[in-house]
Amino acid sequence: MKHVKTLNTKKLQNTVKKGGCGECQTSCQSACKTSCTVGNQSCENK
Amino acid sequence: MVHQYKNNGYNIVLDVNSGAVHVVDDVAYDVIPLFETSTKEEIIDSLKERYLQAEITESYEEVKELAEQGSLFTKDQYQGYMEQFQDRPTVVKALCLHIAHDCNLACRYCFAEEGEYHGRRALMSFEVGKAALDFLIANSGSRRNLEVDFFGGEPLLNFDVVKRLVAYGREQEKLHDKKFRFTLTTNGVLLDDEVMEFANQEMANVVLSIDGRKEVHDKMRPFRKGAGSYELIVPKFQKLAESRNQDRYYVRGTFTHHNLDFSKDVLHLADLGFRQISVEPVVAQPEDDYALQEADVPKLLEEYDTLAAEMLKRHREGKDFNFFHFMIDLEGGPCVAKRLSGCGSGTEYLAVTPWGDFYPCHQFVGDEAFLMGNVTDGLQNKQLQNQFKRCNVYAKEKCRECFARFYCSGGCAANSYHFHGSITDAYDIGCELQKKRIECAIMLKAALAEEE
Repeated sequence: MKHVKTLNTKKLQNTVKKGGCGECQTSCQSACKTSCTVGNQSCENK
Repeated sequence: MVHQYKNNGYNIVLDVNSGAVHVVDDVAYDVIPLFETSTKEEIIDSLKERYLQAEITESYEEVKELAEQGSLFTKDQYQGYMEQFQDRPTVVKALCLHIAHDCNLACRYCFAEEGEYHGRRALMSFEVGKAALDFLIANSGSRRNLEVDFFGGEPLLNFDVVKRLVAYGREQEKLHDKKFRFTLTTNGVLLDDEVMEFANQEMANVVLSIDGRKEVHDKMRPFRKGAGSYELIVPKFQKLAESRNQDRYYVRGTFTHHNLDFSKDVLHLADLGFRQISVEPVVAQPEDDYALQEADVPKLLEEYDTLAAEMLKRHREGKDFNFFHFMIDLEGGPCVAKRLSGCGSGTEYLAVTPWGDFYPCHQFVGDEAFLMGNVTDGLQNKQLQNQFKRCNVYAKEKCRECFARFYCSGGCAANSYHFHGSITDAYDIGCELQKKRIECAIMLKAALAEEE
């Protein structure tokens, strides 16, 4: 595409089927303890 | 839902419900907001004075293709899915062990009130800690990765129990096919070679509390008699960070109304050689002199922009560092279920006091209304557990139209409760800052993608 560059190929809607295993890190165990940072975590079920 | 913004010279378009991120030129940037409500001819007509017709048409076709592919203008189709998801049985997978309700510092902003959490000074006994680990194993269902944070107060005031609990956990994980990820949060005062060696062997992550510049740090993090702690802890933190190969740790600071120019503190930590940095907004009541105020928000947003631009500059000079709040994984981030179900407080995550009581998280400890049970009798307040279980993004009015909801998961329940008396509201200043951080994080990804 000439006018648009897409940065990611993964779509959230595709994670509905296989998601929810719960093995990923809990948000507050990483560094924060004061704000919710779920988006910073990585999936462990690839 | 589409969120589009300009930052540091980039035109960024986020398709909220698919998570797709597009970097676009000016003409596509102007076509996108018109696409859903206007015909192609109307769009050409309204933009023809700014762009060539051929360019508008080309952009229109590209936007149309993205919409057809499901990466623009996608609808939020997850509410029913989340309702089913939250009906699953609850398992516990993470504990915040308050190993010491006592501290050797007297940080002015401490939500634990100098470590005591509105209660008495106390150290967790090995027996209570052991019962907590047994509870975690027994209530974790099929989850394999279990997380335990040694928190306080200052955990190193009770280091012997930390060591014994880790040894117990290592023994138990083999028997039950689990994997403990232990983490330690410390102010550094008691950090010595023995602790470092132990941490490097056993701790998946270490959080080192330091606020940044000496004057900023010493003002907010003094010893009980008033002396600053900066000089004592910096060399120790530097040694630990190096001994961990600058990985699996964070220097973690708090900014307040007194250092609104907090980007300088982040950069100061980077200049001290730290590569894993987290500096976060203070949690305070409005009457506290150090509390962030509504009027501080524009300055704070500017600071995040300044920091992001400087990080990019340093990256280009080969002096990279990681800022926790700008971390975003566009390809391998969490699934929708994780993103929408919130932080897990009161459900898969619990805080345990030194005497073994359960609270939804460390920030609720000491508030009796949030007592959930204890390590001996288990979770007893099922009604409270259910409230937290249902506290997902869709339960929050303020989140429904917000582009950030897939990144913050509805924000911190404790912040919401402390500002509005309800866990299903949202802390507004926190939301403003969170949105800016996401914008900066995506901008950094756009800039890095350009280099590839």
